[in-house]
Amino acid sequence: MSAVIVNEVRHGFYVDSVALMRLSADLAALPGVEDAVVMIGTPSNLEIMREAGLLAPPGVAAGPNDLVIAVRAADEAAGAAAFSRASSALERRSAQSEADGPWRPRTVDGALDRMADANLVLISTPGAYAAREARRALDRGLNVMLFSDNVPLESERALKERAHRRGLLVMGPDCGTAWIAGTPLAFANVVPRGRVGVVAASGTGLQEVAVLLARAGAGISHGIGVGGRDLSDAVGGVSTLDAIDLLATDAGTDHLILVSKPPGPRTARRVLERLAAAGKPCTAVVFGAHDFETPPDGPVLVSTLKDAAERATGRPVASGFDAAAIARREAERLEEGRRALRGLFCGGTLATEARAVLASAGIDAATEPASPARSGSNASHRVIDLGADEYTSGRPHPMIDPALRTGMLREALVDREVAVVLLDVVLGLGAHPDPARPVCDAVRAAGRAAPAVVASVCGTGDDPQDHGRQSAMLRDAGVVVAPSNADAAATAAAILRHAR
Amino acid sequence: MTAADLLSNGPRVVNVGLPGFADDLRAAGVPVADVAWTPPASADARVLEALDRVTGAHAELTERVETANAAAIERMLAADPVLVDVRPAAEVVPGLEDRMILHAGPPIEWERMCGPMRGAVAGAIVLEGWAPDLEAASALAATGEIRFAPNHHHDAVGPMTGLTTRTMPVMVVENRAFGNRAYCTVNEGLGRVMRFGGNDDSVLDRLRWLASTLGPLLGETLRAGSGVPLKALVARGLSMGDEMHQRNVACTSLLLRALAPALARTTRDNELLGEVLEFIGGNDQFFLNVAMAMGKAVMDPVRGIDGASIVTAMSRNGTDFGVRLAGTGERWFTAPVEMPRGLYFPGFSADDANPDMGDSTIVETVGLGGFAMAASPAVAGFVGAGNASSALTATRSMYEITAARNPEWTIPALDFAGVPAGIDARKVVAGGLAPTINTGIAHREPGVGQVGAGVVNAPFACFEQAVAALVDEMDAQRGSMMETT
Repeated sequence: MSAVIVNEVRHGFYVDSVALMRLSADLAALPGVEDAVVMIGTPSNLEIMREAGLLAPPGVAAGPNDLVIAVRAADEAAGAAAFSRASSALERRSAQSEADGPWRPRTVDGALDRMADANLVLISTPGAYAAREARRALDRGLNVMLFSDNVPLESERALKERAHRRGLLVMGPDCGTAWIAGTPLAFANVVPRGRVGVVAASGTGLQEVAVLLARAGAGISHGIGVGGRDLSDAVGGVSTLDAIDLLATDAGTDHLILVSKPPGPRTARRVLERLAAAGKPCTAVVFGAHDFETPPDGPVLVSTLKDAAERATGRPVASGFDAAAIARREAERLEEGRRALRGLFCGGTLATEARAVLASAGIDAATEPASPARSGSNASHRVIDLGADEYTSGRPHPMIDPALRTGMLREALVDREVAVVLLDVVLGLGAHPDPARPVCDAVRAAGRAAPAVVASVCGTGDDPQDHGRQSAMLRDAGVVVAPSNADAAATAAAILRHAR
Repeated sequence: MTAADLLSNGPRVVNVGLPGFADDLRAAGVPVADVAWTPPASADARVLEALDRVTGAHAELTERVETANAAAIERMLAADPVLVDVRPAAEVVPGLEDRMILHAGPPIEWERMCGPMRGAVAGAIVLEGWAPDLEAASALAATGEIRFAPNHHHDAVGPMTGLTTRTMPVMVVENRAFGNRAYCTVNEGLGRVMRFGGNDDSVLDRLRWLASTLGPLLGETLRAGSGVPLKALVARGLSMGDEMHQRNVACTSLLLRALAPALARTTRDNELLGEVLEFIGGNDQFFLNVAMAMGKAVMDPVRGIDGASIVTAMSRNGTDFGVRLAGTGERWFTAPVEMPRGLYFPGFSADDANPDMGDSTIVETVGLGGFAMAASPAVAGFVGAGNASSALTATRSMYEITAARNPEWTIPALDFAGVPAGIDARKVVAGGLAPTINTGIAHREPGVGQVGAGVVNAPFACFEQAVAALVDEMDAQRGSMMETT
């Protein structure tokens, strides 16, 4: 059997000799290769190759600026394999770069050079630039979580449709919270991984469900935030439908929960049908939709996030919280004539849920701090979402900096009309490190002759702020701490009922 | 990675924006690459609209640009530059006529020239014998009787003021893959020199010696051989700590080693030989001008590729910074030049500095200089960029605005990654990341010379205009194609 000698010359190709020696050794060790060398074509190197029986045309004519790859192999196939190994090694040398060090890339493309197997881009740039970054991420085949807000509606729709066509997911825009495979992203709580999948507009609705599932001894598989406009007919629920499909086929998800504001009518039908077709038990909370009909096999509609968590787990989220007794006690110590409710919320969905719970108790709360007087005794009830755009433009979200809420809380605490103040205290990654502290300080400063203060703490014992510690601080200051936002709202409603 | 993969494998995150999110993910053990995000360079709606049309996999013009850029990079990497000759400029530089002065940078007239440029012009006029003294020379320059043109319009380049006139010897680099030639004057050394605006008798005497002695001997020597191939020489220089803009000591030595035996065989005059060897050996920057002619020879065949957003030239005349793209041919996109940031020689400060100047940025255009800073930690200190790791950072960031890596020019400290090659104007604008240029700093007054060295950024405005113009030209082409069909 006669050996095959093959040479290849790369003109003007310089590689340092140590690297070439290592490559030569690798090639020579390949099966079917008798000997191999990769060298710069200096006269002395060509002589070495000749003596080793490796030199053949075109290597004979190589010059000192050329790289010569020379292989002696048992057959042509083995020779070809050695050449392809040499080519890829030489190309890889030019592509590789050091993975460590303090350097940070400036662009998504630069980041992907370092982490080629990335699968999600988390975007929190100013909104004006976010769509551009998201588009680039989708083009590179990556899923997107858009934390940024102020993304134009038409951009949102275009991004989501582009993602859908490519089998990718866009979460957001204005998606503050998500869990993927149990991993919290952005403003999320540290909760156990479990088998309940959640699709929600964004933020605190998702957080509350995840926290209540944890409190019921269960956990979340994935929590997908789709953005507050996804279920409008203008966007058409593209991300919600994709998320439902993903959870329906996800082996780690046994039960689906959908949290939503009222969808557009056309979109609502499609979403409910999709849930019905998911083949898994589904629960839906659709706030503010009274005449909502679910198709046969469709999701079970419940009215609060707590109900959704309890239905999905079959277990109560808390026991031993006696709202009626607490309400009587709190009402008793109120001065006469206090009849108004002030809800001051950091979380938009929590404010919406509180409003819904109050409405079902016959309490109609305005959404603005200074709304025009309405008829009847409810005129002075207000539930304000301090995370809404009009409060956050040019200032951090109240979950990060509660100063605005603290100021309004102090005002409410000295308002002699106010019977009860209703609050959320949101914990988790990204949130204020000690959000109970300013609430406690304000309540203590107001003294005993103040309205009742009822709060829920959206968080877990594993959150950096520690749910137990934050709750204890609030209780010590005289705040009623309810086990869920719905319980807090119901307690507030009961206090109003008992108020003289 | 589809959404289903994301759910089953868990997130591997690129974080763009708030760094706290990346910290939380990292603490949770999630793989995360953190982008130091900055807004795009432009706030101009017209520029951003143009950018949107040529970036992203689905934008209408992206594929055309990508295809054109691939062709541009192929030509760039296929280049085979060889130093073949040294000749008086009048004999070889096309279109260099009497009473004509070629200068660095985009076009500029006497009225807008900076101090050092005017000083050099006056010196060159005296050198060519068009005026008896510097005063008369300046007066002559102001009359409009001297024609000024950029080196770049005549296949040439020059460092700092970059003046080229008929009697000056120029080095000739031939790109054997394409057959084109490019020219650059011989480096004058340090101290009082014309490239920094120097124009006294010592400056002119040195230029006369280059023309009468060094030029002819080098030319004769090179013509007797087959030339000095530059690609492999530069590759070795990179591994020896040169970046070919502020540091050329290794390449100068390698070149001298290659030329010395042939020089000795060419002349019988040992005194002359000694003088020439001493001049080259005593000037660490001798190779800079060779590298510049090489850069010009490599980039010229890349011009005129419709739709290509690869930069073919960056250049400054001390007043304006100019950029050319492969897809927009001969057009310059200019903006006021910036001040370098750097270190100053004892007795000088930023107050003495002239704005950035010279055609030497052709070196960055081919992926060397500031782009290859990682190869040259010694330069990082010299140009005031700090420690060795900042040299790595400089090169790494340039990968983000280039289309390719040059597999033949590798950097040991980056695990032999190829230098960033082919500046993509789209990426400059989109990433808000300007090309980093290593540069010498001239005194603002004519005739004083070099006062420091530093780094300077190419102004974004050049690249913004260039991207907008590229898209306009592509639209115009399509319009005319539709008319003819």
